[in-house]
Amino acid sequence: MNEKNSSYWYKRWTLIPLIFVLVLIGVFAKRLVDIDNNKPASYIPTVLLNTLIPEINLDPLPNRGKGLNSEHLRKKLILLNFWGSWCGACLIEHELLMEIKRKNIIPIHGIAWRDKPNESINWLKKYGDPYSLVGQDPESKAAIAFGVTGAPETFMINENGIIIYKHTGPITEKVWLNDFLPLIREYK
Amino acid sequence: MIPEIGFFTLSLSLGVALIQSVMPLIGLKKNNLTLMSLADNAAIMQVLLLSISFATLIHSFISSDFSVINVYQNSHTTKPLIYKITGVWGNHEGSLLLWVLILAIFGGAVVLFGNNLSKRIKAAALSVQGMIGLGFIAFIIFTSNPFERLNPVPLDGKGLNPLLQDPGLAIHPPMLYLGYVGFSMAFSFAIAALIEGKVDSLWARWVRPWTLAAWTFLTVGIGLGSWWAYYELGWGGWWYWDPVENASFIPWLTGTALIHSLVVLEKRDSLKSWTILLAIVTFSLSLLGTFLVRSGVLTSVHAFASDPSRGIFILILLLITVGGSLTLYAIKAPKLDQSGVFSPISRESSLLINNIFLATSASTVLIGTLYPLVAESIGIGKISVGPPYFNMVFIPIFIPLIILMGIGPYLPWRKAKIINIYLNLKVVVLLTIISFVLFFSFSNYKLNDLAGCAGITLSAWVIFSISNDFINKIKLFKNPIQDCLNRARNLRRSAYGMMFAHIGVGLLIIGISGSSAWKQELIVSLKPGEEIRIAGNRIIFKEINFLNASNYQSLMGEFYLVEKQVLMKPERRIYNQPEQLTTEAAIHSNLWSDIYLVIGDGPNNEGAYTVRAFFEPFIPFLWYGVLIMGTGGILSLTDRSVKVTPKRSRNNKAVPKAGSI
Repeated sequence: MNEKNSSYWYKRWTLIPLIFVLVLIGVFAKRLVDIDNNKPASYIPTVLLNTLIPEINLDPLPNRGKGLNSEHLRKKLILLNFWGSWCGACLIEHELLMEIKRKNIIPIHGIAWRDKPNESINWLKKYGDPYSLVGQDPESKAAIAFGVTGAPETFMINENGIIIYKHTGPITEKVWLNDFLPLIREYK
Repeated sequence: MIPEIGFFTLSLSLGVALIQSVMPLIGLKKNNLTLMSLADNAAIMQVLLLSISFATLIHSFISSDFSVINVYQNSHTTKPLIYKITGVWGNHEGSLLLWVLILAIFGGAVVLFGNNLSKRIKAAALSVQGMIGLGFIAFIIFTSNPFERLNPVPLDGKGLNPLLQDPGLAIHPPMLYLGYVGFSMAFSFAIAALIEGKVDSLWARWVRPWTLAAWTFLTVGIGLGSWWAYYELGWGGWWYWDPVENASFIPWLTGTALIHSLVVLEKRDSLKSWTILLAIVTFSLSLLGTFLVRSGVLTSVHAFASDPSRGIFILILLLITVGGSLTLYAIKAPKLDQSGVFSPISRESSLLINNIFLATSASTVLIGTLYPLVAESIGIGKISVGPPYFNMVFIPIFIPLIILMGIGPYLPWRKAKIINIYLNLKVVVLLTIISFVLFFSFSNYKLNDLAGCAGITLSAWVIFSISNDFINKIKLFKNPIQDCLNRARNLRRSAYGMMFAHIGVGLLIIGISGSSAWKQELIVSLKPGEEIRIAGNRIIFKEINFLNASNYQSLMGEFYLVEKQVLMKPERRIYNQPEQLTTEAAIHSNLWSDIYLVIGDGPNNEGAYTVRAFFEPFIPFLWYGVLIMGTGGILSLTDRSVKVTPKRSRNNKAVPKAGSI
């Protein structure tokens, strides 16, 4: 083999790693697209959406009615709101919830989540009570059953006890007008 | 407010990285020193900005600021302080931030120690470092922001996976990253050398300490991971050929090859394009490891929560970095002048063979790791490649490598005489054969005894050979003892480093072969009061206790090791934040072997518990091996010739010393 010839092949040799890597990256890319199509775990929507509510049975807050169980949630279209006196963001939506109650748009049931019952009741006395029924959930039993991730979180449940909408975070005016109100109108 | 400062400095560092990658390149083009030295300032700036950013994240974790999503998802108020801090890198976002911080620190080190570097090489290397930083900082900001806020602030965090609440694992990721990212130095300098079209022994001299440091960290990092798997997972094993383990092992193999080929380049001005390729490949494989762990393309017990959009981002980064550098390599490498043909029996030839074996073994592990993926992509179906494949292909490649390890130190550079090798090694060969006969005669003459003895004999070969080399060097038994001591003192640190590293490998092999050959396992259903026997040890199951700790409940068995008169307490813990079951094995070690107990399910309706007992011979040698190897790396790093002042290099370049790795 003469000098020129060998250097010709030598130059081509150095391309091999590049080709190998490009093929490999192609395989990875295809694989990623495949995973994407299979809806991987990171795209979990609300598991409970369009399913029946879980069974719960919660004690009442001190001196405040009956408590809350799944039966109460299956009577008509209602909102179920997880909140706590410790939760600052809950105050953001509080004014709006009070207005919903005043205008009698839709009944709201509340679950006092991870809270001391006395503090929950004091909070309601101080800021106003937008709820029809309230259950206490100090040990997160209901919160876990509903898959609650943070307070406030609000579920819309129809007369068959099916969760038709869920919102995590405070219900702002915008959320209310864009997401909740159209659904409620559609239902009525 | 504080997390916003972290995000702000992170964003600033993106801009600085942009300056660091672009300006020096323009400077190189125009031969403008001012623009080139901008890279120095940018690199130092990078360290400052990212340190602040990382510090704010640590602050958020320590103060349990759950308004930061990352803290909420990975921390909890009841967690001990140390795990609040280690939780910072126990998750995808935080660990990436640590990754770029380490990258920046290495960049800063170039500025700090690189005064004697050619201005052009330094500027080019810092520019490449800047580009890597740019890619990863952008990745953090756009897909994995650790400072993102959570609007409804939760009362408490979700907690850290209890498996990760462990001292071994607390330092395992930083070590691994120091290794991975450390290889970026070799990479950046390789690219710089390609850009400048110049690779020489001075270059090798400069790259070697960084590569050694990275290798040392990676060795210790992998060792820690393995140790953790051994005592925490409760399976009695220490290496599973799991894709994520392999992802760290493959760059270790090529990095080991790189350390050796750099020596050839330094001493003989040869293997240039091969060394450059190894430098590129080693860092690329480190990036591949990062990609595999985070993209979800491979399933593994170690994988972070996977997210395809992140995967695509890293894949693009991988394409740019690896594809770009290999394109540059394809164009420029043929122009690097090659010098000299090796004589078949010489130090450089033996190091070349070492490289071939290491590269082959790295390829086989890579193929085994990626084959299931490729098979699925081209539609052959789901295939799983398990330990049998790896053991079958890996061991035959490694045995000749280990044999070579015993010969290499006796080969001089340029040309060796076979007769000299024979004279030097005849005693070692004899001792090795004697030790095999000795080991085997004390065994039960079964197939596993043969395999185990063969493995231990292989280590004996390495250890005898290194010791013999040492004895020769200090002329022990020939010269007066005072002279020997002087010689030992004057022997270069790098020579000690090599001896330690190789003896470390020998100890590792004792651990590997001994534990695979003679491990015993017993799974029994046991009631308190009953006893078992394993490998001649009587173990009495005394009682069971239930304990409550702040963040877990525990079922703790009490076992009495009769001969050793010790109490062993394996536990099964149920953590509350997040809810998870873990096994805490009880291990009693006598420095040669371990007794390993795990308490499993129970009680059943007869009041019995599942108990798994292992006799794990020679396991401690794995940890000794890793420690000694790491020590070897550190010893080499402290060698005076490594003191990044290669100004004298022209004078002593021509004095190749035996065993100077």
